[in-house]
Amino acid sequence: MTSPTGPEASGHDQGKAIAVRTEQRWAIVSASIIVLLVAMAIFAGIHRATMPQTWVEVADPQTLHISGEFVESNLGSAVEANGSVTVRVLGQQFSFTPQCMLLPAETPVTFRATSADAVHGFLIARSNINSMLVPGYISVLPARFDKPGDHVMPCHEFCGTGHEGMWARIKVIEKAAFFKLAADQRRLSCVDQ
Amino acid sequence: MLTNKKLILAHFWLAFAIFGVALLLGEWQMFARSPLNPWASSAELYYRSVTAHGTALGYVFPTLVAMGFGYAITEIALKKPLIGDRWAWAGLALVAIGAVTAMIPVSIGLASVLYTFYPPMIGNPFYYIGIVLVVVGSWIWVALMSINLAAWKRENPGKPIPLAMFANVAGAYLWGWTAVGAAIEVIVLILPVALGFRTTIDAGLSRVFFSWTLHAIVYFWLMPTYIAYYTIFPRAIGGRLYSDEMGRIAFILFVVVSMPIGVHHLFADPQVGAGFKFIHSVFTAMVALPTLLTIFTICASAEIAGRLRGGKGPFGWIAALPWDNPMLLAVTFSFLMLGFGGAGGLINMSYQLDSSIHNTQWITGHFHLIFAGAIVIMYFAIAYDLWPHLTGRALETGRLMKAQLWLWFVGMIVTTFPWHYVGILGMPRRMSSYDYTNPAIAPQALSVSISVVGGMLLVISGALFIAILIRGHRAEQVDPGEYRFSLAVHEPVKLPTALNGFALWVTLMIGLTLVNYGFPVAQLLALKGNAVPAIYMGTPR
Repeated sequence: MTSPTGPEASGHDQGKAIAVRTEQRWAIVSASIIVLLVAMAIFAGIHRATMPQTWVEVADPQTLHISGEFVESNLGSAVEANGSVTVRVLGQQFSFTPQCMLLPAETPVTFRATSADAVHGFLIARSNINSMLVPGYISVLPARFDKPGDHVMPCHEFCGTGHEGMWARIKVIEKAAFFKLAADQRRLSCVDQ
Repeated sequence: MLTNKKLILAHFWLAFAIFGVALLLGEWQMFARSPLNPWASSAELYYRSVTAHGTALGYVFPTLVAMGFGYAITEIALKKPLIGDRWAWAGLALVAIGAVTAMIPVSIGLASVLYTFYPPMIGNPFYYIGIVLVVVGSWIWVALMSINLAAWKRENPGKPIPLAMFANVAGAYLWGWTAVGAAIEVIVLILPVALGFRTTIDAGLSRVFFSWTLHAIVYFWLMPTYIAYYTIFPRAIGGRLYSDEMGRIAFILFVVVSMPIGVHHLFADPQVGAGFKFIHSVFTAMVALPTLLTIFTICASAEIAGRLRGGKGPFGWIAALPWDNPMLLAVTFSFLMLGFGGAGGLINMSYQLDSSIHNTQWITGHFHLIFAGAIVIMYFAIAYDLWPHLTGRALETGRLMKAQLWLWFVGMIVTTFPWHYVGILGMPRRMSSYDYTNPAIAPQALSVSISVVGGMLLVISGALFIAILIRGHRAEQVDPGEYRFSLAVHEPVKLPTALNGFALWVTLMIGLTLVNYGFPVAQLLALKGNAVPAIYMGTPR
């Protein structure tokens, strides 16, 4: 473009100034949208609406079947001293152990889960529980179910041929019924139901 | 001034041939897992197909388009023949050899690990070696882009780099560095296990390295599309680019902030703590900025064209646009899909909302809408625009092209909207079949079937696209004149160094990546007992 001269130049420069100003306004709007989104994430995070796991815990898949919290006899739902429930779950090609998890409604629940082999997914349908099981690491997920009901729990990460068959179940029952069952059983599940 | 036309055509044709085959695989997958499939199909074949589809369309097809388009931009924008054309052919050969090397083990079922690798599952070593060759071939392109720009700068000291070339080199640097994450994963962590030198692997660390590549690779796919928005679209519709400088800022922002954000793919993973997940979430929000700026600049450029054609009033200019122009149609569709896909993307990157859709069919719907939709439709438009200049022959204009673009747009919406919906219902990804008789899954059956129909439209559109290009090689010879990129309303006369080079931005890109990935990687390296046994795929268990 030739450089403008004379009266045209002022028109040209004025046009450019308007163009730049409009553009800057839009840039400010765009940046504000982003600041707002981040602020919402910070607010919800501080209020702990949901937040990813804060720490990193390891579990060796080569020994977890013989010692530690993921031995078979320790899997399933356990009642803690404070009245909450901890559910220990193991994912392996191509099932979860236990295949059916029994939980009380209206009670704080913590899932502690890991994988014995490949990477698996951990999703409870009709809930916000959605995580990964990475072999070598423990996934810790807080949850709370308001109502009794059944949920499907598919593995949502490709873990080999057979992945499509890896579905478990979650059975949420009335709080009182659960704690009655828990009174005389160390670990609960619903694999026999 | 196009001198290496054969080189550019070879890149495009290899890209589109691979695209055609992979598109068919994709539609077969959609059918195989839908309730429309009356037979029990083989899960094993399904996962081979998913691996081939993802590898071809994620690593090979967009890379070849970026390379071919990059060579074209170099010659056109710098107005001189490409330096190092023999190296360019060597790069193309490496990509082709790599693609074949990778696809052989995939097609015989020895590497069904999907294009995202998923260690500790380990496939045949030739799969990974093939992908490394593809990447090395593309790195030759990265080097050539850098060399050609440097040579031009020496001959034209102080002159503004043409915007198309500036953006092209930005894309090259972005790719050169983002590919390093997956390269470390494959070469340092996976290949020694695949070759049998080691038998354990840290699956968590592998995922962290892969995430380094996994997100920014999308911006690499996006680069040719954005280059077309800024430097082809305004000219093609008879207008001017609103702002050259804002274009540069958008491309610079992509270079700087698309890398240190990949951990948002790991929000649900146990091997990265919440702190760095949050930092990556914030950076992911920032990467929306260049797109928001682009939408403004490109819409304003369209308004200029509409007003030049006599459009009046706040909306009259829209009606005055040349709606029979395929480039206008393609950009309109691309923007619509970018809008829907981008809104979905904001949900994915949100620290909290992600958990409601993570790894469901929503995600597959999302990246198909963005990549196969908003991005690939512009690859079509780029090919249509360049073809007469590459072949010296007229390209079938009008009806066929418009039908093809319409079909692709409608097909993509029909495919991906139901896909998003079943994701919200909790349908998991990457499964070869679903038990639609299960009452918990039955409500998803209709949506999945609609997606299959959308996929059929896409197959027809893809076939039409290839047919149009082939017809272009047989049409009568014409002189298409000199190819030119759009002019800006205010062409830059002199630019600040920051907007006319990459030294600062590449330093920032590398620095931010090292900061945002340094701690998570160091933490995992320092941990003990997190290496796990490899699972060799395709071997008897």
